Amino acid sequence: MFDVIIIGGGVIGSAAAYELTKYNLRVALFEKENDIATGTTKANSAIIHAGYDPVPGSLTARLNVRGNELAHEICKKLDVPFKETGSVVCAFGEEDDATVKKLYERGVQNGVPGLRILNKEELRALEPNISEDATSALYAPTAGVISPWEYALAFAETAVVNGLELHLCEKVTDIKENTVVTEKGEYGAKYIVAAAGVNCAEVEGYVKEPDFVLKANKGEYFLLDKSAFGIVNTVVFQCPNKNGKGVLISPTVHGNIIVGPNAEGVSDKTDISTTAQGLDFVRNAAYKSVPSLNLSANIRNFAGMRANTNEEDFIIRFVSPQFLSLAGIKSPGLASAPAIAEYVCELLKDAGLEMSKKETYTDSRSVIRFKELTAEEKNALIKKDPAYGRVVCRCEIITEGEINATFKTPIPPVSIDGVKRRCNAGMGRCQGGFCAPRVLDIIHKNTGIPKEKILKDKEGSYVLSGGAL
Amino acid sequence: MIDVIVIGGGPAGLAAAVSARDNGAEKVLIIERDTCLGGILNQCIHNGFGLHRFKEELSGPEYASRYVEQLENIEVLTDTMVLEVTPQRVVRAVSRENGYIELEAKAIVLAMGCRERTRGAISIPGDRPAGVYTAGAAQRYLNIEGYMVGKNAVILGSGDIGLIMARRMTLEGAKVHACVELMPYSGGLTRNIVQCLNDFDIPLYLAHTITRIHGKNRVEGVTIAKVGPDRKPIAGTEFDIECDTVLLSVGLIPENELTRGAGIPIDRRTNGAFVYENMETLSEGIFACGNVVHVHDLVDYVSAESERAGAAAAKYALGSKAAGRVITVENGEGVSYTVPQYIRPENCGKTASLFFRVRNVYRNVRITVRNGEKLVASFNREHMAPGEMESIVIPVSLVGDAEKLTVSIEEVK
Repeated sequence: MFDVIIIGGGVIGSAAAYELTKYNLRVALFEKENDIATGTTKANSAIIHAGYDPVPGSLTARLNVRGNELAHEICKKLDVPFKETGSVVCAFGEEDDATVKKLYERGVQNGVPGLRILNKEELRALEPNISEDATSALYAPTAGVISPWEYALAFAETAVVNGLELHLCEKVTDIKENTVVTEKGEYGAKYIVAAAGVNCAEVEGYVKEPDFVLKANKGEYFLLDKSAFGIVNTVVFQCPNKNGKGVLISPTVHGNIIVGPNAEGVSDKTDISTTAQGLDFVRNAAYKSVPSLNLSANIRNFAGMRANTNEEDFIIRFVSPQFLSLAGIKSPGLASAPAIAEYVCELLKDAGLEMSKKETYTDSRSVIRFKELTAEEKNALIKKDPAYGRVVCRCEIITEGEINATFKTPIPPVSIDGVKRRCNAGMGRCQGGFCAPRVLDIIHKNTGIPKEKILKDKEGSYVLSGGAL
Repeated sequence: MIDVIVIGGGPAGLAAAVSARDNGAEKVLIIERDTCLGGILNQCIHNGFGLHRFKEELSGPEYASRYVEQLENIEVLTDTMVLEVTPQRVVRAVSRENGYIELEAKAIVLAMGCRERTRGAISIPGDRPAGVYTAGAAQRYLNIEGYMVGKNAVILGSGDIGLIMARRMTLEGAKVHACVELMPYSGGLTRNIVQCLNDFDIPLYLAHTITRIHGKNRVEGVTIAKVGPDRKPIAGTEFDIECDTVLLSVGLIPENELTRGAGIPIDRRTNGAFVYENMETLSEGIFACGNVVHVHDLVDYVSAESERAGAAAAKYALGSKAAGRVITVENGEGVSYTVPQYIRPENCGKTASLFFRVRNVYRNVRITVRNGEKLVASFNREHMAPGEMESIVIPVSLVGDAEKLTVSIEEVK
């Protein structure tokens, strides 16, 4: 019997696991895919929003602002790439100027620190490449950019160190009162917390017909090469108006530029394909903010699915006495994740779960990033383990030692993309064209999986489906 | 102090190093990131290399070995990745064996080669399953690792590596359903179209492109459409092909991250460094050659260019700096780039060679070199195509006091 079973290994489920495993509880997490962070968590704008956007007084407003504050601490403790870049919401004309003022007031009500309205000149001083047409902007200094999948992995890995029982490749198929039914077995739990992302309605439906409507919404992106870095310094949003929410242009924490997303309601929530129309929309919208944007530096397009619902707010509540559903966690879900996790603990405690902090638990994590080391540190490391002297991913300068190290983490990777999410090998401009065969070989050596069985990402995504000669 | 450090042990680096030594450099060092020399030639097990250079048909590894055999008195560091080059000619590198090292050289030759353009570079919409590879990555899996990436392939782009892989996968039992080319003409060598597609009845769809990739986990098929003169898909012309693999042969990009890091100016037309007649970059004492300067279609030409770079690097290391007035070479009508971009006539000897590519397919035209309106030289050509590098040799005596020379494609009068 578990105290708590979490359903879903995205950033929300992982953050909940991180928080819950600080207590004397027996906690399990079930994820249908073969890794943490394979759904919405890996395909979004990667922004830690400041919190001026949600309606004052809403759950989202509170959790976003608190989540932003927590992200600053947690990323230090768990060694997650995070950079407080600040953000600007740009206005293009009088109507937008009014929106900027409204957002400013909202932000102040929500308790967002440091907000300021920039006039045209101040905006251009901060963002020299911004369009001449930009008239003003809301500046939020606490907004930042993060590596979303590393955030989720850091939560989940730390949780595993603290006793989380992690079940990957195990889809939950039903919930009967205190029992979670999966493809592989049945597990009892005092409480069940669902963090199923775009599958929130389906999972909630195991317990009770949902009282909300899921409106899955796809967003498409461009990811630009490091050569484009510097075109913007902060997260550059456009004012939401009657034509839509606009697209953002932002530095990523890995030194690239991300551009997107569009917003397209879709009937198939598993369809994360990109489309010519969607990408065209993003392209044209982005030029409005930064006319000199070089989209030919694109290295990857991707799309992610938002768990939008008919409700504006996050939908977090007990659906049955045992079942706590975290539904409709769309943007700013990533920014809110650790605050949602805290809130989950509060709700479970209020529901009667006995929660006492463990006497000791791990609340730190560190990752060796070879390229960030000094010459002396590099040499010392190579002396200790020569694998750190061999660069495998030349675009991102990732060494064999760093790739080997991912297999010694609490949640070792099982795919080429799993390695990528843990150490960035294959993230760069050649998109694994050079290193993928080498990474595949390293996976084989570390895991013993035959090469023709090694996956690119999810189950079934065999790299060498033609087999051995 | 090392006389000449050559960065990259592929065909360009090998030829440059041999030439540097033969031209008097005493201490020459090749730094190669792979565990053996030869670069991309090692996975090019087909023949056709060396026809110009050695008057024989060699495979890639054989061609490389012709140079590897000549490395007497040349030092080699393999399995060593150069992380940084400075304009002061300091090279910082890392390896398993030697750790993080810093070396100084009198002259440097950049010979890092190029990489393949990826799906992202051309934004092919659709799903993102396994089974989409650059042709070179698939070639490595097949020829070095001994694995087939799939059994039913469609190839996008008619670059030479894609054409070679069409044949190679067919010979290993795969079905190659189509080669799809955006342009109305092939990007590869004519001999490869004939020997790799026509001989195996693989259809070539010119002026077509892949508009969508299908498949959640592994590729399940592609949608192909005809494109108009604007290269945009024409609605209503779409058709699907079922396949498990998409190979991309959509162009090569010179790998100039180290060059940029050293602050060396890059020509946006070639994506390589601007170079003088002796392959010296605009950073004194740093030379560049091979595909890192501009993408060549034959390795034989890479070797020839690299020998000039190696010789010039040796000369510089021995204390003889190139100097004199500079002529800028400009692109006229129909010419997409020239290498070199600058010529110092006093440094040329009797002739100056120019290499370039044309923008379109041309028949019965002439290449002109003009100083303003004045015709300096003219060369008739029966056929030219963007996929085939062109070269001309201009007698320096004809250049006169020109400040600029413009290379154009003109009608034959």
